Amino acid sequence: MEHLPGVAFQVLQSVLVVLAAPLLMGWVNQCRAWLQNRSAPSLLLPYWTLAKLFHKDAVIARDASAIFRMTPYVIFGCMWLAGGIVPVLATGLPFAPAADIIALVGVFALARVFSALAALDIGTAFGGIGARREMLIGFLAEPAMLMTLFTAAFISGSTQLTTIVDTLGHRDFAIYPSLAFAAVAFLMVLLAENARIPIDNPTTHLELTMLHEAMILEYSARHLALIEWAMSIKLFAYMTIGIALFLPWGIAPAGDWGALPLAVGALVLKLALAGAGLSVLEAIFAKLRLFLAPEFLSTAFLLAVLGMLMHFLVRG
Amino acid sequence: MEVILVLGVPLLGGVLLALTGHKRWAPELNAAMSLATFCASAVLTAKVIADGPMVALEEQFFVDPFNVFLVALTAFVAFTTALFSRPYMRIEQHHGRVNAARLRLYHSAYQLFTFTMLLCLLSNNVGILWVAMEGATLSTVLLVSLYRTPASLEAAWKYFILCSVGIAQALFGTILLYFAAEKVLGPGGSSLLWTHLHQVRDQLEPTVLSLAFVFLLVGYGTKAGLVPLHNWLPDAHAEGPTPISAVLSGLLLNVALYAVVRSKVLVDGALGRGFSGGLMMGFGLLSVVVGAFFLSRQRDIKRMFAYSSIEHMGIVTFAFGMGGPVAAFAGLLHMTVHSLTKSAIFFTVGHATQKVGTQNMESIRGLIARSPTIGWGLVLASLAILGVPPFGVFTSEFMMLTTAMHEHSWATPFLLVALGVAFAAIFGKVQPMVFGETTAARLPHPPALLPVFVHLGIVLMLGLYIPPYLVAWYRQAAALIG
Amino acid sequence: MSQSMLSQIVNLLAALLLLIAFAMLSQRRILTLIKLLAWQGAALAASTLIVALETGQTHLYFSAFLTLILKVVMIPWVLHRLIDRLHVRWDIETMLNIPTTMLVGIGLAIFAFALATPISQMASALTRSTLGIALASVLLSFLMMIVRRKAVPQVIGFLSMENGLFLAATSATYGMPLVVELGVALDVLVGTFIFGIFFFHIREQFDSLDIRHMEKLKEED
Repeated sequence: MEHLPGVAFQVLQSVLVVLAAPLLMGWVNQCRAWLQNRSAPSLLLPYWTLAKLFHKDAVIARDASAIFRMTPYVIFGCMWLAGGIVPVLATGLPFAPAADIIALVGVFALARVFSALAALDIGTAFGGIGARREMLIGFLAEPAMLMTLFTAAFISGSTQLTTIVDTLGHRDFAIYPSLAFAAVAFLMVLLAENARIPIDNPTTHLELTMLHEAMILEYSARHLALIEWAMSIKLFAYMTIGIALFLPWGIAPAGDWGALPLAVGALVLKLALAGAGLSVLEAIFAKLRLFLAPEFLSTAFLLAVLGMLMHFLVRG
Repeated sequence: MEVILVLGVPLLGGVLLALTGHKRWAPELNAAMSLATFCASAVLTAKVIADGPMVALEEQFFVDPFNVFLVALTAFVAFTTALFSRPYMRIEQHHGRVNAARLRLYHSAYQLFTFTMLLCLLSNNVGILWVAMEGATLSTVLLVSLYRTPASLEAAWKYFILCSVGIAQALFGTILLYFAAEKVLGPGGSSLLWTHLHQVRDQLEPTVLSLAFVFLLVGYGTKAGLVPLHNWLPDAHAEGPTPISAVLSGLLLNVALYAVVRSKVLVDGALGRGFSGGLMMGFGLLSVVVGAFFLSRQRDIKRMFAYSSIEHMGIVTFAFGMGGPVAAFAGLLHMTVHSLTKSAIFFTVGHATQKVGTQNMESIRGLIARSPTIGWGLVLASLAILGVPPFGVFTSEFMMLTTAMHEHSWATPFLLVALGVAFAAIFGKVQPMVFGETTAARLPHPPALLPVFVHLGIVLMLGLYIPPYLVAWYRQAAALIG
Repeated sequence: MSQSMLSQIVNLLAALLLLIAFAMLSQRRILTLIKLLAWQGAALAASTLIVALETGQTHLYFSAFLTLILKVVMIPWVLHRLIDRLHVRWDIETMLNIPTTMLVGIGLAIFAFALATPISQMASALTRSTLGIALASVLLSFLMMIVRRKAVPQVIGFLSMENGLFLAATSATYGMPLVVELGVALDVLVGTFIFGIFFFHIREQFDSLDIRHMEKLKEED
């Protein structure tokens, strides 16, 4: 079957994404530790943490409904799907037709809805705070994300991620101002959606300053493990979307085993750089006060719209 | 040669007075430099009347009947204002409202202001015209705030910001004009020369030119005080020292309109008269109506006459917008007589407010008892500006109204109503100021108001009898405008 | 470098200029505003230099150098000294809040692009698309001048407007003749100095640089 190599690539990619995501998290933490001039924990620490959590017993509130129990699996599934369909290693995969950028945004939105519902489900105050804040950020970040993706879509003439990557990857090197704007906007959205500084501090232990963590305070053991894992896959997916849109060189066409090592190598290099860059950004900026977050995100939205306008202007 | 003199003298004066403006004889030096400028411009005028339009200094300067009469007018009014300012500023210094250092700034900036206005009028290069216009704004900003009161600071700030923004629009218009010109004339400095542009004006790209004209009209129109861009004008003209109000009202507005008309001539070549004419008529009419109505609600005498300037500039813009020989003649004549009359008004008002100590019209009464010269000066000047015959303003307004009735009768009711409102307002306010009851004593010495009567005399003469050479001159200028 | 590559770099620099104009709209710290103004001047000088390289017109080299000296070095230095002596740091309130201002800014950018498109068809190939960007940044600086409450950001908006106009000149027409550019530069410099003097007068009189102190004169008393 001629589809076999494609399917094999697909499976390989999905497995790779799931396995490699905690490693990315570990790398980001290590870079941050270096920047803060302290010795870093092991790169494999996230794996140990996940293993530890899976061994524990889950403690669930008495009033928790099915949604509470279901949500970690839903979130993990969404993120796994997203990670699988973004062209990380190769384009033209069997699932690729599903990798429409609008569908992708929808998948992330699904995950967000479920986590907010689960946070509200228990009825604690912090859950409510977390849910509301997360929805605020999401509400503002989604249009920005869509605009960014649309800019890339306009340039390549399709909303399918694989087509976008193909077109952008095989053009002659050209500087598109519209993509430059879109890239800045995308970076800002990435920081917001993945609960990074300057929107949210991932290492905070003060509940009142949490945006995302507040939603998952009630989770423990395997549920917490799944959610943490899903978060790292989300970061991985966002980074690979960014790489696919703005730095698409080196991605292999599906079924081409020969290009696979190059693709893997290129991916590792780009993710390493991206992770380091993320920790540098986190070191430079301070966390914004909550009422400034809408400003941050509206700036991202406007940059994205500007990028799109620029595309129309420059193309004539 | 004459051009160098006309421009060089005020520039030299500015530099000299920057060094010596605080001395006791600085006002005399100021007046002397202005007289020298006026003589140079008279010589230039004579030359142009004799020889026709000329270009000078590698085509950087262009003198034709249109701008030479404005040059002569500017130099003349600058001279008479310098004469007026001599005793006036001395008294202000005596009252303590200005000190010697500020007088130095005042005198030096006055000459530099004259220089920039003359440069604007004489330049053939549209870009340099812009630079000179901006220079005129810059040289007067600090003069408007000379007294350093809160109101004058606010007036100067508004003036600066609004006029700078306006003139930035004009710069964009100039860039677009250059853009259109480059296509036809090629890149380089000669594409910005008005004479060259005039020759090829029907080959210039219409869309670009229409957009350029809009920006130029908005930009230079801000400086001319066209509504709705006029916000800075009442404040700037009211809060500065009176000689500055006189030159701003009398001269700078003319120069700004000159820039608009020069642009209009170019644009008409490419687009025909309708587009630019329509725009100018619209702005002009709006300015007349709004100026007249706001005029009636003022309590400060200088603000009231500043709104009157807005109204009259609206009349001139409307006249130029209508186009045609009669209307253009009317516009040119109105520019002249308004300049002379408005500065005469400001001279009298300046003396009146200085003696009484306030600019509030409610507090000024019975000027004629205090000093017949001031009283009669104010009455006559107000009548002149209101268009009462036989003063020249009546002639120009009449010509404009008849042309309007012929060609654009829809506008006539607005104009008549506005003029009527302005008449009622100004006359109603001036009457009690001059003839009202007062207990103030008569002034021991009559103030020197010779410039006022000279101006009014000229305006009267222009109303009764325009000398043939002037008629020919205006006609030539009108023909150039189209 | 190839023609299209140079053209793309010019586009990128123009886009950077527009980006800085937007960034200025959202900034509260006056020190950052001055730095952004300096960067804008640098982008402008770089873009003029590239156009000069491409077309070989010598006066553009002068013009790029002039821009560099004036807008990147001198004017920011003057402004720095001013705010040092005036002790202004922040402009907390603006007339509209920042997200609304940004939305209005986007509207203005769309308007400017729409206005400039028919004209840029006729422009030279190298800098065709930058006319719309230049007009957009002029309008954005205009917006900045309107919504700010303190005097110094208003002036910075004005200077940023001049930058946009300069970009329009270089993009539509390969720059104005040198004498005109010198005149404009002189005007800008003198204007900045006069603004500086003004600030001191205003401060002396009102003890603050808040524009709202200067809203007493109205149309009718």
